[in-house]
Amino acid sequence: MAGIRDRVAIVGMGCTKFGERWGSGVDDLLVEAATEAYEDAGIEAGEVQAAWLGTQQSGYSGQVLAKALKLEYVPITRVENFCATGADAFRNGCYAIAAGIYDVVMVAGVEKLKDVPYTGLSVVDPMGSYVSPSTPPPVQFALAATRYFHHYGLSYEQGKLALARIAVKNHRNGSLNPKAHFQKEITLEQAMSSPMIAWPLGLFDCCGVSDGSAIAIITRPEIAKRFRDDYILVKGMGVVCSARQGLLQDDYDFVHFEENVNAARIAYDEAGITDPPKQLDHSMVHDCFTITEMVTYEDMGWCPRGTAKEHVEGGFFDLEGEIAVNVDGGLKSFGHPIGASGIRMIYEVYKQLQGKAGKRQRKNPELGAIHNIGGYPGSFTAAVGIFGKRD
Amino acid sequence: MVGITATGAYVPLFRLGKDTAGWKAPGERPVANFDEDSLTMGVAAVLDCLNGRDRTLIGGLHFATTTSPYAEKQSASLIAIACDLPQDMMAVDYAHSLRSGTVALKTALDSIKAGSARQAIVVTADTRQGAPRSNMELNSGDGAVALLVGDKDVVAQLVDSRSLTHEILDVWRVSGEAYTHTWEDRFATEEGYAKFVSLAVAELLKKNNLTVKDIAKLILSAPDPRKHRDTARALGFTPEQVQDPLFGSLGNTGCANATMLLAAALESAKPGDKLLVVNYGDGADAMLFEVTPQVEKMKQGRGLKGYLASKKLLPSYETYLSWRGIYEPDTGVRRPPQPGPSASALHREQAEVLRLQGSKCRNCGTVQYPPQRVCTRCHTKDQMDPVRLAEKKASLYTYSMDYIAGSKDVPLVISVINFDGGGRMLCSMTDRDINEVKVGMPLELSFRRLYTADGIHNYFWKAVPVRS
Repeated sequence: MAGIRDRVAIVGMGCTKFGERWGSGVDDLLVEAATEAYEDAGIEAGEVQAAWLGTQQSGYSGQVLAKALKLEYVPITRVENFCATGADAFRNGCYAIAAGIYDVVMVAGVEKLKDVPYTGLSVVDPMGSYVSPSTPPPVQFALAATRYFHHYGLSYEQGKLALARIAVKNHRNGSLNPKAHFQKEITLEQAMSSPMIAWPLGLFDCCGVSDGSAIAIITRPEIAKRFRDDYILVKGMGVVCSARQGLLQDDYDFVHFEENVNAARIAYDEAGITDPPKQLDHSMVHDCFTITEMVTYEDMGWCPRGTAKEHVEGGFFDLEGEIAVNVDGGLKSFGHPIGASGIRMIYEVYKQLQGKAGKRQRKNPELGAIHNIGGYPGSFTAAVGIFGKRD
Repeated sequence: MVGITATGAYVPLFRLGKDTAGWKAPGERPVANFDEDSLTMGVAAVLDCLNGRDRTLIGGLHFATTTSPYAEKQSASLIAIACDLPQDMMAVDYAHSLRSGTVALKTALDSIKAGSARQAIVVTADTRQGAPRSNMELNSGDGAVALLVGDKDVVAQLVDSRSLTHEILDVWRVSGEAYTHTWEDRFATEEGYAKFVSLAVAELLKKNNLTVKDIAKLILSAPDPRKHRDTARALGFTPEQVQDPLFGSLGNTGCANATMLLAAALESAKPGDKLLVVNYGDGADAMLFEVTPQVEKMKQGRGLKGYLASKKLLPSYETYLSWRGIYEPDTGVRRPPQPGPSASALHREQAEVLRLQGSKCRNCGTVQYPPQRVCTRCHTKDQMDPVRLAEKKASLYTYSMDYIAGSKDVPLVISVINFDGGGRMLCSMTDRDINEVKVGMPLELSFRRLYTADGIHNYFWKAVPVRS
């Protein structure tokens, strides 16, 4: 089974400013991201031979992208895979390139969330018995936080403090990023005392709800030089779906996400990574909630189980740390326009590896990763991607 | 010998009491939680009554209430399925009269006598709603009772009964209205309550060659303490002969009242006791029971006594008004409205939703909820046995408290529970005190009305802390 390693090159990317984009609709967001991506890749719309569009709820079918960008009579597939929609759309585009069917593929992610009259996410389930409790995402992830605290014997204050440090770190990184929705630093005190949303998670444990779009132009490495010299290579892509084992089996522990472990293993194997914390320079992870980032450190093999707290406190994941996590500010600073997030993560890795990350630039990174998950503890779709510089 | 063979009761956990802010009465009254109604309380009472008893012989379910959740659609059929009763039995709703509780009991006993059923269960429940600050609000309570009747292991034998029918506008409620109307009190008493209660009692005693002295306990349903005291006295009973009407702890529970007081009397009755049950509403019922030695062997669940002792005080009168939908302050939370469920999906998933059936894999033994066709662990296909989880004990594996739910129960406690014997479920926890919620706490399941949307009351099971 051949992996994806070195079979796909990213030659251009675009990313909108994320935020409450009252004046921008889905079309505007896509045009904004595409304009930057075309320019970065040095191509025109007519050169796109096929596209994948990740959107969870901002429209049906590939036509959403075609209509916005006037991509005429090309195949476009819409991908939906919960909050991992963006990363999975990217994986699908990669496979089309690796299969040798196309030379130039666009992968776009977009979400327009801020046209609803209430805060939080709006997700419409298919008609059903509707007896399961309505659980907005913070509630679901809080289930992991409660159990994590219990499992490792952390008091509420100890657990909250570790989570608060993650929030502070990500907002500090976000303050250096002009594309982030929130560009303000926060204090530990603010994070600890923010209003309760879903106990034990407070407001600053949660990411925002934002509009945004991000787009990648990918091609085969053999022809990537036609577009640019500093193209970035896909080294590994692991995506797995849960069969709801965590809720159907009563021994699932809620302190790790088995989907993360599996997606990471696939991606690491493809990329040839054997010692992740040493080999990876940085990673964007899916910090929809601070607890998600905390559990992910351990699932990705960056620190032993139960030690996330001390690693956070020791600065292991800081901008200057051993492995910088959410260098761009993460979902905490960007918010989470669902279909766009996975590709926004790739955008930062791409810029870091090219040395174009501005004030957030890490020193000579060779390998970076993204981690994008959707669903809830016990039932996730998880995606892990590894990217590297060309030889 | 035909009579009552077992009793069970249900009283909601919460009480309006003297330390409830805004409640201006010396006594207590139980109030149904926002997710309870007569139907859900009926389910709880039946389960308390069945208490592990074999239910395959039950040939009828007789449900009486004046506060049915549906104007057209049976409640008894829903109670039967939630209580995992067999399908080959007759389910009946009795309604509209405060007397319907004793009418249901009489009819069920008659069905046993006639041989059309070997056992039947009578369940009566009401959430009697007085207007805020009315005497009716003060003197009423919410509750349910279930009486198993049959011809074996009889605890209280039906000796005889007398029913009178009387057309009068004394207390009534028009369809669709929230509160009752009453006519002038002396008219209602003299031409209605007092007159027909004494007539029914006199005729029944005379027919059986008994006097008031032969009765161990008068079980009299009355709308308020004064009318209860005056009527019992006028009939010639001494205070020791009168079953405590439970004003100040339970209150008048509407059409469930007479049968609840009967259950209370049976909890402390002695063999040979003659119990006289008297109920009123568009006429009167008088029923004479004789307690048998079997009463000492009656296996009881929590019972009325247990449920009355297990209580939590509501912090404010306002909370009660909001639970009843009388006062609905803005919660400040903006969430999308709950869409109505699909009737066909509910029908397809009936065993899973209403019976709370999971499946157990015949190959590897894994219990899984909701029921699966392909086993989550060993992937064996279509080799599952149903397992009823509703009556199993459980414990809290993890939880969160939703402060943005916009529910009447903020914070909404979302729980992952593990059942004794295997299986896991994500559900809400109700009747909880958030200061007592912790990982590992023991739980049981309670049938509740989740919400009403698009004309459908959606019922399902929630976790509740085990009631002490």
